[in-house]
Amino acid sequence: MALNTLEFECKAEAASVRLAAPVHYGVVGSGDLEVILEPRDLEGAVTVKITTPVAGFDAVWRKVLETFVNRAKLADVAIDINDNNASPAVVSMRLQQAFAETAA
Amino acid sequence: MKVERQWNTLERDTAQRMEAAARFIGPGKQVKVEDVVPLLEAVVRPGDKVNVEGNNQKQADFLAEALCKVDPAKIHDLHMVQSSVPLAAHLDVFEKGIAKKLDFAFGGPQSGRVATFIREGKLELGAIHTYLELFGRYCLDLTPRVSLICAYEADREGNLYTGFNTEDTPVIVEATKFRKGIVIAQVNKIVDKLPRVDIPADWIDAVVQSPKPFFIEPLFTRDPGLVTERHILLAMMCLKGIYGEYGVKRINHGIGFLTSAIELLLPTYGEELGLKGKCCTQLVLNPHPTMIPAIESGWIEAIYCFGGELGMENYVRARSDVFFTGPDGSLRSNRALAQTAGHYALDMFIGSTLQIDQYGNSSTATANRVAGFGGAPNMGCDAKGRRHSTDSWLKCGREVPSMNELIGDMPRGKRLVVQGMETFGEGRAPAFVDRLDAWKLAENAKLDLPPVMIYGDDVTHLVTEEGIAYLNRCADLETRMAAIRAVAGYTEVGLRAKPEETKRLRDDGIVKTAADLDIDPDTATRDRLAARNMRELVDWSGGLYNPPARFRNW
Repeated sequence: MALNTLEFECKAEAASVRLAAPVHYGVVGSGDLEVILEPRDLEGAVTVKITTPVAGFDAVWRKVLETFVNRAKLADVAIDINDNNASPAVVSMRLQQAFAETAA
Repeated sequence: MKVERQWNTLERDTAQRMEAAARFIGPGKQVKVEDVVPLLEAVVRPGDKVNVEGNNQKQADFLAEALCKVDPAKIHDLHMVQSSVPLAAHLDVFEKGIAKKLDFAFGGPQSGRVATFIREGKLELGAIHTYLELFGRYCLDLTPRVSLICAYEADREGNLYTGFNTEDTPVIVEATKFRKGIVIAQVNKIVDKLPRVDIPADWIDAVVQSPKPFFIEPLFTRDPGLVTERHILLAMMCLKGIYGEYGVKRINHGIGFLTSAIELLLPTYGEELGLKGKCCTQLVLNPHPTMIPAIESGWIEAIYCFGGELGMENYVRARSDVFFTGPDGSLRSNRALAQTAGHYALDMFIGSTLQIDQYGNSSTATANRVAGFGGAPNMGCDAKGRRHSTDSWLKCGREVPSMNELIGDMPRGKRLVVQGMETFGEGRAPAFVDRLDAWKLAENAKLDLPPVMIYGDDVTHLVTEEGIAYLNRCADLETRMAAIRAVAGYTEVGLRAKPEETKRLRDDGIVKTAADLDIDPDTATRDRLAARNMRELVDWSGGLYNPPARFRNW
């Protein structure tokens, strides 16, 4: 199965939340994904790298990630996603769960 | 002025046909397997309306195949009137030029061929019906001249036992036989004594023991192992925000995984919410195996069934306080009566769909498949003839701000019609679309109108991972569309939602997110399920449930 890589950068409107340590959440099961959040000095920005078998959903990926970054007010984080056909709802949920791990 | 005519032409015609068939019919109305095709050639005439029994469960498959073997030079232009067309043989009769026109309710696996045949001019489509609508027409303008039906057993006189899977048989036989039509039955076995008589012998004209048992599909079995955390989150929102909010007692569940999740959460989350005894006490439902834990936990008072479900025979027999069973102990299902109960006696239908448009109309039709909807539209609508009241029906109606626009200050309730699904379905197909594929299908298959499963004005609640939209609380179409957008997630429809508008809807209680319902999505985990796999369903049943081989995965 050919994998696509999607990379972009976004910046939260009120970016203020930084991570103390990297976090890993989820498994690449069917319809699921793993999320890695890593602190990195990016001048307040967030970078995203997605590896996925899905093609043609770039705009949806971008929107899901931007919404997450904005709601969490994230800054200086590198997000790495390995996806196996997760729906946007599942992606959104795993991102929130990964973020909740960092607070715990 | 009085007309001069004979008033029993149907009777005389039937007598002629039966005379031509007499040499193939032996004692006890029995026909040999090799005589079935000549029998059909004797009793069927060109242009006849013919019914082949079969729905989404049991199938008169042997007779369906026999009909394909008649000589098209002798028998042609048949008008097929039947519940569904899931078997290849159901469409082969059109390919071979034996049949010409089709009136039906449900397409199943052949729905792609139906669309192709219509385009190629091989099949003339009358209409796509709901089950009750079609049964109604059997008793009026679509009465079968010959019906080919299906039963488990016949006795030496021709009485039939349809048992667990009685389903459509009574309505087909009644409509056919009492208008002087001809009824031919295939049975799995001919026996000396039946467990009980479901259809009396004098309503039957011929019986054949088929070479192998009729085909039956375990369509309502869902493996709890496949219920996901998303299904569980949606199910929790439904239980708290709808079942509990309205105190809904009388319900029909669709066959998707969302409703399986709800069934498996009743004894756990449902009990945490204190809903036992207050919600979900009576159901119109096939014997879903995922209902076993709720039944065993004492939630359910009564279940009336459209049809049976493979493997549930012994369980149902041992729970006759809950299910409708005969003097012999086995289930009596009846699709027409279950549909009637579903239409008039339910307070809520909850199910899923493939697509829902920006106005709330939903359909499972895709551009190239004439699928039909079976019974869903009867469950998923507000029956206008209903006159009795229940608390949940009244509450749902009271919340409709526009109710007084047409009936003044007269109080009236409303059926809850709930559609629940993830915003993106299988293969990431968006569930929310601007325009249903049903429009393209209408064009491709030359239909008069797009096949809509549930019209927007009947949908009262929409549930997605984003929350619940209480559409019944919307004053006008504009508000409804905004509420739909608010729960449509990252679909094109959802991306048009405006944050300030969604906030207003949440303030007004028209949209509720999981957080608004005080549900933490992180707690929507599989350990909440009363049974997590097929094996645990068997355990709950005390070994009475006997899953078909393909579900025995332990």
